[in-house]
Amino acid sequence: MRHRHSVKVGPVGFRIGSAWRGPVAALHSLYADYPTPEDDIPDLTVRLYPERPWRRWLRPSVAISGDYWLPDAAPLPLAQGLLAAEMGMNLQVALGWRRHLLLHCSAVERDGRVLLMSGASGSGKSTLATLLALAGWRFLGDEFAFVSLDDGSVYPFPRAASLKNEAVAAVRAAGGVVGPVLEDTPKGRIGYWRPPAHAIARMAEAAPPRLLLFPRFGAPESVEAMAPSEAFVRLTQASTNYVALGQAGFSALTRLVQTVPALAIGYPDSATGLAMVDRLWGEA
Amino acid sequence: MTSPVYAADPPAARVAVALDALVAVYHRPSGATHLLAAPSPELLDALAAGPADAVTLRDRLAALYDLEGDGTAMIDARMEELIVAGLAWRI
Repeated sequence: MRHRHSVKVGPVGFRIGSAWRGPVAALHSLYADYPTPEDDIPDLTVRLYPERPWRRWLRPSVAISGDYWLPDAAPLPLAQGLLAAEMGMNLQVALGWRRHLLLHCSAVERDGRVLLMSGASGSGKSTLATLLALAGWRFLGDEFAFVSLDDGSVYPFPRAASLKNEAVAAVRAAGGVVGPVLEDTPKGRIGYWRPPAHAIARMAEAAPPRLLLFPRFGAPESVEAMAPSEAFVRLTQASTNYVALGQAGFSALTRLVQTVPALAIGYPDSATGLAMVDRLWGEA
Repeated sequence: MTSPVYAADPPAARVAVALDALVAVYHRPSGATHLLAAPSPELLDALAAGPADAVTLRDRLAALYDLEGDGTAMIDARMEELIVAGLAWRI
């Protein structure tokens, strides 16, 4: 590939190759403080390329591929090349990583223990994790939690948080710096929040989980204990590699739901959500 | 009509973890995960002594648990579910 960037995020070394300079320059800027993979040997490779040779110049559109690919992934316009790179990194992790149990969760740490938040897009898990990080928690990630197959501890994957639509304003209102912001993407408005330097410096430090939340943004305030069996089923659905890991994944996930209490919470706005997390963390 | 005789993989082929009222079962030969409610995990364990029909299974369970009533119709129903799930079969 003409342009390339290597970056290490948590346990994953990425190599991103691109036919255009723009996406790689945006990655350079967003991940300026991150290390590079040891000996420049990546774990996963992302390729951003034109679907047809002329689409490099003519209405350039960025197709996403790499070690693993999806046949029907739609290309993105070049102006959204950073989103393509981020989606490519997520895709490679989701389809290729086997060294940890991957949960589609955001994660933050306080007092040496981890709060995991699981939910579909729009549940508020990225926004809550970012706002908690701005309030002093250590940011571990907004997309994937890497659960150790050996001892169940959670490894950080502190990629830049991707904030959607109203979350951009909510994080800015809390004093967070969001940028760049991409408009009119397939997911609406997306802004990137770069984790603080200490979260990046400590990205090899795992911590044991203490509380598992299933948040629902925009719902009336509510807290409901969730049975371990229901948390187990939900997390098998929230894991991209549970099936591929076989018995190791089963053991890691049953241990998680047996040892960590799970709560489903509804919250109408971010301020209420933050107050609820503080209270529930104290009670856990 | 003869009553069906059921069989299952030996207990070592499964990893069972009681989560609450439900038991998570990892079936090694298929790599599939199942959530089972009582008495299905107990029925699978009772087949460790060898293939059995519903009456024999009821007798094996009665040696371990307090059972009420005949129960063989319920055992047949649960065994049919375990067959559909791929955890047992008829011989």
